[in-house]
Formats: sequence, C-alpha cells, structure tokens
Amino acid sequence: MAKPLADPPAEAKLPQPDVAREWLATMVLIRRFEERAGEMYAKAKVGGFLHLSIGEEATIVGSARALRDDDYLISTYRSHGHAIVRGTSPDAVMAELFGRVDGCSKGRGGSMHMFDLSRRFMGGYGIVGGNLPIAAGMALASDYRGLDEVTLCQFGDGASNQGTFGETMNLAALWRLPVVFMVTNNQFGMGTSLERHSAVTDLQRKGEGFGVPGMRCDGMDVLDTHTVTCEALRIAREERRPVLVEAVTYRFRGHSMADPEEYRTKDQVEEWRKRDPIEVFGDRLVAEGVLEEDERLRIDAQAVQRVDAAVAFADASEHPAPDSLYDDVYVLGEQVQGWYSVDERTPTPHRGEDERAMGGARLPAGGAYEQAVEQAAPESAGDKPADAAQDEAD
Amino acid sequence: MAVLRYREALNAALREEMARDENVMLMGEDIGVFNGAFKVTAGLLEEFGEKRVRDTPISENTIVGMGVGAAMTGLRPVVELMTINFSLLAMDQIVNHAAAIHYMFGGQVKVPLVVRMPQGAGHQLGPTHSHSFEALFLHVPGLLVAVPTTAADAKGLLKAAIRDDNPVVFIEHEYLYGQRGDVPDDDDCTLRFGEAAIRREGGDVTIVGISRMALTSQRAATVLAEEHEIEAEVIDPRTLRPLDLDKILASVRKTNRCVIVEEGWPHGGVGANLAALVQEQAFDDLDAPVMRVTGADVPMPYSKPLEQIAFPHEPQVVDAVLATFRDL
Repeated sequence: MAKPLADPPAEAKLPQPDVAREWLATMVLIRRFEERAGEMYAKAKVGGFLHLSIGEEATIVGSARALRDDDYLISTYRSHGHAIVRGTSPDAVMAELFGRVDGCSKGRGGSMHMFDLSRRFMGGYGIVGGNLPIAAGMALASDYRGLDEVTLCQFGDGASNQGTFGETMNLAALWRLPVVFMVTNNQFGMGTSLERHSAVTDLQRKGEGFGVPGMRCDGMDVLDTHTVTCEALRIAREERRPVLVEAVTYRFRGHSMADPEEYRTKDQVEEWRKRDPIEVFGDRLVAEGVLEEDERLRIDAQAVQRVDAAVAFADASEHPAPDSLYDDVYVLGEQVQGWYSVDERTPTPHRGEDERAMGGARLPAGGAYEQAVEQAAPESAGDKPADAAQDEAD
Repeated sequence: MAVLRYREALNAALREEMARDENVMLMGEDIGVFNGAFKVTAGLLEEFGEKRVRDTPISENTIVGMGVGAAMTGLRPVVELMTINFSLLAMDQIVNHAAAIHYMFGGQVKVPLVVRMPQGAGHQLGPTHSHSFEALFLHVPGLLVAVPTTAADAKGLLKAAIRDDNPVVFIEHEYLYGQRGDVPDDDDCTLRFGEAAIRREGGDVTIVGISRMALTSQRAATVLAEEHEIEAEVIDPRTLRPLDLDKILASVRKTNRCVIVEEGWPHGGVGANLAALVQEQAFDDLDAPVMRVTGADVPMPYSKPLEQIAFPHEPQVVDAVLATFRDL
C-alpha cells in the first residue's frame, strides 16, 4: 500500500518569514479555491471534468516557487493551482471553469486547459503524456536562442507509462535540453494504484535508462519540494541536462468529481491526511515563531474572501458570444483567401471565418445556445447533477 | 526561371527560408547526415550546421510535439516525417495539440509549425508505406493542408507554409519528387494558401485533381479533347485547407459537370467532401451527378499488378467524365 514518505527532513531551514508566509498563503488560496470549485461543480456552475489537486499543494507551490519569472511551467489537466501559483488571477481561473469570456482561456479550454502566456504558464493539457514533448520543445527553443530559461514539466505517475515519456527523456538527454521533468506521484493513475500500473515503482529511476538522472522530494513538504526543485533547475540551467524529479504526494479527493473511490481505503486517505501539507507547514511556522495563530486564521479568511470574489467575478462574466465560435481556429491575415472552415450547421453553408461579420445572423435552429445560458443563470444554482454527487461523500 | 526537380524546389525553399529567418530550423529522421530519405534536405546540414538541421531518433510523436513546443515559444520548426504512414504515430500531437492549442488557449499562443511528409503509391512499398491520407488531415479544424503538385508550387507553398502562423501539414508525393518543372528564382516568391490553379481551361467538364492526380487529370483531359471532343477544365486546389471552393464552384457553374480525382480511399475522402460542398452550393448548375475517382478501398498491396490497379490512372478519369455525359 502506498505510504507517505518518512518524516520530512526536519533540519531543512525555513526561508525568510515573508517568503514562508507567502508559500503558506498560496497553498491555502489554492486549497480554498479548489474546494469552492468542487462546490460550484456540484451546483452545475462548472461543467465537464473537474480534477482537484487538494493534498498536492506543496508540490505545486514548492516547485513553482523555485522558478524564475522567465522560466516556463507546463502541467496537466489538474492545473488550477499551477495557474494560480504563477500569478494568474483566481478570477480568470474561476471564470474559465465557468466557461466565460474572462476565463484565462476565454472559455475555450475549461478546467483541463488553463493557460497564461504572460506568466509563462504554458498550459494544462488533457492528454496524459501529451505535454512532455511540448515541454522539451520549449526547452529546445530556449537552448536554440542561447537563453538560460528552464522549462519545468509536471505530469502524473500514470503518464510515466506513455510512449512520449521514454521518447522525450531520450531526446532531452541526447540534446542536453534545459528541462526538469517532475512526476507528481500521487499514487494513482486515475483509479489504478502505482504498483498495479508501473513495473518500476521507484519512479525517479524511470529516466535512468534514457540518460536522465532522478531525484526525489517529499511532495507533501513545500520546503523539501522547493529545495530539490531548485537543485534540479540548477542542473538543467547550468549543466545543460535534464533531470527527473519524483514528488511523492497524494490527492485527498477523487481523480475527478465523478469518482466513487472504490480503489482505496478510507484508512489510507486518513493516513495521508495526517501529512496535510498546509497543516504541517502552518504548524511549523507557528512553532518556530514565524507566524502567529491569528495571522494564520487571517490568511485563511483572506483566501476564502478572495475565492468568494472569484466566484462573483466568474458569475458576472459573460458567456462567449455565439458569433465568436470560430474565433482563433486559425490565425488569419487581413485578406482571407479560400475557405478555412466550412460551417454546415444551417441550410446555408458559409465560411466559419465569416461568422463574426455575419453577427451570428445564422444561429442554428433550436435555441440550444439560449437554453445553455439560461441553465447557467445564477438563480438555477443548486441543481446538482446526478453524476457530480458521488464524490461529495469525501 | 530555373528547371528544378520537385525535391530540389523543396530544398531551395528550405534553404531560402532558413537563410531569411534564423528561427527556422529542421528536425527529422535521417534528414542530416543521410541527407533525407528522399534527399529533400540534401546539403542543408553542411550549410546550416547541427543546431538548425537536427537528425532525430525514431520518435514521431515526440519530434512533432517538440516542434509544437518550440513553435509556441518563438521558433518556426519544420519537421520531416519519412512517410505519411508514420504520421499516424504523431496524430496525438498533430490533432490534439498542434491543431487545438491556438483555439483552446483562447488565441494567446500560435503554433507556426510545418510537418512535411510524402505520400503515394507506385513504388511497391506495400500496406504501411504507400497510402494517401490528405483526407485525415483535411478533417481537422486548426490545420492547414497543402498538396503541391508541381515543382513551382512545391517551392512557393513550402515558403508560404513556413511563414504562416498556423500549423501546416505539408503533403508531398513520392512519385513527384523526381518530376521537373520551371521554378521562379525569386527568393520572395511565395504562393498564397487557398488559391487553386487552373491547369487547363475548358467549358465541358470540371476535373478536380488532388496531389499527383492533378497530373493524371491533365493527361486525361488531353485524351478527352483528342478522342472525345470534350474540353475539360482541370483544377489543382493546391491547398485543401484553406480550399479555393469559389474557384471550383465558378468552374462547375460554367461546365455543369464535376469529376473529383484522388489517390486516397473513397469513404470520407477529399472527393466525398468536395462532392457534398458542390452539390449543396451548385445543385441547380449540375447536369449530372458529381463523380469520383479514388484509390481502391483496400490497404495498399505489394504486388505490382495489384498496386497498379489500386490507384487511379487516366483511363479511369476519362471513363468517369464520359459517364457524366451518358444521358446526352
């Protein structure tokens, strides 16, 4: 059975008090954000899949805080926290979950596809293992231009079984690319436990055969994650070679909101919850006099308030207009030659790229757009879809 | 003007664009030391060095994915896949990533990537090296698809593809690599995507030929004129996305007949798609059903006689055209 790593290295020194407090505050913000996201999902304000990283906040914050502003971070379909830690406004992340125009991907991506170019958060990706080659390509571009930026690529233990894992490790080592691969080992590839999906369970070693050395950090410990990631980034940046870091962590919630969690025991979850990264780090800050108890409560209250504001913002944000449907399918020049897209939703086929100019004049029959808008209206909040209810027992 | 082979025209396009923009770089299997499986990249490693001309391991999905990542962060990578059948290994990166990223991230980032690959039957390479998959890529919104037929188009379209900000699937043809044609010398001579070429004017029937089939259609048109007094208008779309549908429709409105010729499979093919578009928008102008001539609906056989009857030749095109006149 997957067990937490032994106690974190207690001798690891805390960073400056303001830094330590910021780490705690960011972990709390991500936790509160995701709890609310789960509630909004249950109220059908959020559609599709919702993968929460509750329990994994130390892995997210510890690793991302090791990055420079000009480094790239790229993640998976479990990436609300990755956007927030990089500085994307919780408003924009919540609005994306709500599918609104002010979402960080303008409502096109949803939970699995957050993105913020201005903060070099290079995306959440819905295909397991799909982001690995892309990360290597970003590192290639940095290397090609003689820049000392590093790309930090996070993916789950399940992704280490994809073909792209081996292919990318080999190429990154062969070309000495400045990329750090971080396998977030949360013990499960969806509902299949590590020892049931990977012949090698010591995941940090999985890159060795491809020439990528491994390191391990306690992903429940923000400090240890930060220390190990800093060293991995240094190796990538200065020695020009990739590193694989295994962050050993645990997600307290299901794989997605629709997960009855029949593959693990409540005892196991409880055992890991004793290592809650926010509680453990907060306790230590209080114990070492970095944080007063009332300040700790204030951090939490501020996070709740921030998330409330994000929900209000998302609810007030507009749905994407129907005539925006074809926006950004292509990068179009001033003169559009030929048919890029063919719209066949109405009896009068037309170019998708003319949709804007037509002002949505030819909306498909049946009122599907208006119905969907109506269903998302604030007054209907509280209608819980059947398939979202399962995970609420938690 | 210079007379170049199709592969030399492609080589010239790569060389000129690499000289013009230092962010253009090449990745692919055996494109460097080996000079390319079909010699398209011959001499480029020597000229531009290992930083810009990169031999890769045999990892199609990952080299295309690296092209996606590099394109998102400022480079203009050109990835060569040895044959179009191998592109199937890279479908995840081409369809789920390259094509979707600009849209799914709300237009924040572009993917100016070119993925080159040759297709086509006729060399007895059997069921895993001989297919024609332009329809697979045409299916995907977010991709541009080029199918150049002549040396001049190969050069002009590849230069345009490299300068375009969209991901481009650039489909070459193994049979065409050795074909010669006049090619403009001008370094800045790009072609526009979405502009079909009228290879032969005529008023009796419109023949749309895809990739190599544009040449087959031209030869068929000569037979039709000489033996049947039928003047065919032959259109080579050159790019399938964007598609110069307006030019095709204008021709059909003039000739009232349409035959579409492609090397790929019939179900869900380019012709199936184009026939639907034509009948939707020019039904009243048609005097006969839109006809298709396609490759056989089989994996490509190795046997030379069987292979030869599994892709279209000009007599079949002639027959299809004559069938549109059957009721007269």
